[in-house]
Amino acid sequence: MLLLALESSCDETAAAVVKDGRNVLSSIVASQISIHAEYGGVVPEIASRQHLEAVSLVVEQALREAGVGIADIEGVAVTQGPGLAGALLVGISAAKGLSLGRGLPLVGVNHIEGHLLAVFLERPVEFPFIALAVSGGHSHLYRVDGIGRYQTLGQTVDDAAGEAFDKVAKLIGLPYPGGVAIDRLAAGGDPQAIKFPRPLLHDGTFNFSFSGLKTAVLTHVGKHPEAKEQGINDLAASFQAAVCEVLTKKTAAAVAATGIKRLVVAGGVACNSGLRRSMAEFAQASGVELSIPSPNLCADNAAMIAVPGDFYLGAGYQSGFDLDALPVWPLDKLSARFPGGM
Amino acid sequence: MSCVRTNSQEETVQLGARLGRLLRPGDFVALVGELGAGKTQFAKGIALGLEVDPETPVTSPTYTILNIYEGRIPLYHFDLYRLEGAQDVEALGFEEYFSGDGACVVEWAERLEDELPADLLTVTLNHAGVDERSVCFEAAGPRARSLADALLAQRPA
Repeated sequence: MLLLALESSCDETAAAVVKDGRNVLSSIVASQISIHAEYGGVVPEIASRQHLEAVSLVVEQALREAGVGIADIEGVAVTQGPGLAGALLVGISAAKGLSLGRGLPLVGVNHIEGHLLAVFLERPVEFPFIALAVSGGHSHLYRVDGIGRYQTLGQTVDDAAGEAFDKVAKLIGLPYPGGVAIDRLAAGGDPQAIKFPRPLLHDGTFNFSFSGLKTAVLTHVGKHPEAKEQGINDLAASFQAAVCEVLTKKTAAAVAATGIKRLVVAGGVACNSGLRRSMAEFAQASGVELSIPSPNLCADNAAMIAVPGDFYLGAGYQSGFDLDALPVWPLDKLSARFPGGM
Repeated sequence: MSCVRTNSQEETVQLGARLGRLLRPGDFVALVGELGAGKTQFAKGIALGLEVDPETPVTSPTYTILNIYEGRIPLYHFDLYRLEGAQDVEALGFEEYFSGDGACVVEWAERLEDELPADLLTVTLNHAGVDERSVCFEAAGPRARSLADALLAQRPA
């Protein structure tokens, strides 16, 4: 099935054309559209969330880059939640308009579900698998038994991992969001220079906590206000090492507890080179099959929404025109969609 | 303005819980404090006081901007840091939450500019040691004043 997918849950407005939930013909993210492209003006500032102005631009460009017309599209998938109601509604309204106007089947998709399944756009992964979703807003460990069948094993009790990165970046004077910059600085630092805490590492749950680590960095910065280049690099490297160790060890514990030897790491923080390295080392040492999507599929995008979207439409599940934004939508609740199981 | 001191993270949570028990639909609490001052812990307490399931993690809304919790009334926990200003608030339709069916706890409320409610309770958390915090309450408007009075009156001596 040739699907048009839309995503507007938070910062990004995105559209993609995907064939059979696997082949990406185009994937357009508004913030990445070059401003000297043909629009001749300033692309709407995503920080101010003008999804409304961006949505038709990204849809047009997604169709054009895919080399298809709207008449070729066979279904529409859209992020229904979780996220900001006002932002979600822009994508949902556009999807409903296209669906109604062209008589296309429509399905609402969970944003996190999209992240967990984005890897299928690059390679198949057998079910069940363990999935770590790490982004600015999420740090969750799931057991994934199939599309639509997710069980939360653990999650952050305070800050998400991506948020910890951004806040530490801010502490050392980098502009928000600065997670990517931390990664860059860490490359030139010693990860063992500063002993930061590893919160909840031995608490026996699969939960995370990054707030105390952030406070430890704050305290360190307060004691060493004079830190220059090497000191800052060491701090970035030591902080990143602490986050990556906690994420990796908790994930390893989930793998050990379930006996599931397949692992997917997804979400924006999965772009972090330290985390990719640490997960790769763990996977290699313990014979785990590790899949991490390419960076452009880890960050928010619409192509990932097409993976479950194609599956649901193919299985005969459609959303009605009463489809409404679900700002709060835990993945565990998704199985209600197919009460008889899939 | 009245300030109280909490001697541990747990006490900060409990103080938040006492405020949470008093909140009604339409109440607006502005939460102020530096990074690591304990805003999320205080919000966790408010959620407990509003009878949000204690198993539900109350997490920072810095990235998500708004976290919603179902308690005896809804709790809308905002962090407006990433917004540019009032036009963003309007674009996202946030005003409807402010006088709606739940209580709002808002970090970086100053981003609201002219949309800031006239009647609001400002809670400011400051470091007063490693785990100790000074928590100050400043009421603007009659409802906020009665909240602050009730909260401080019930505080054990």
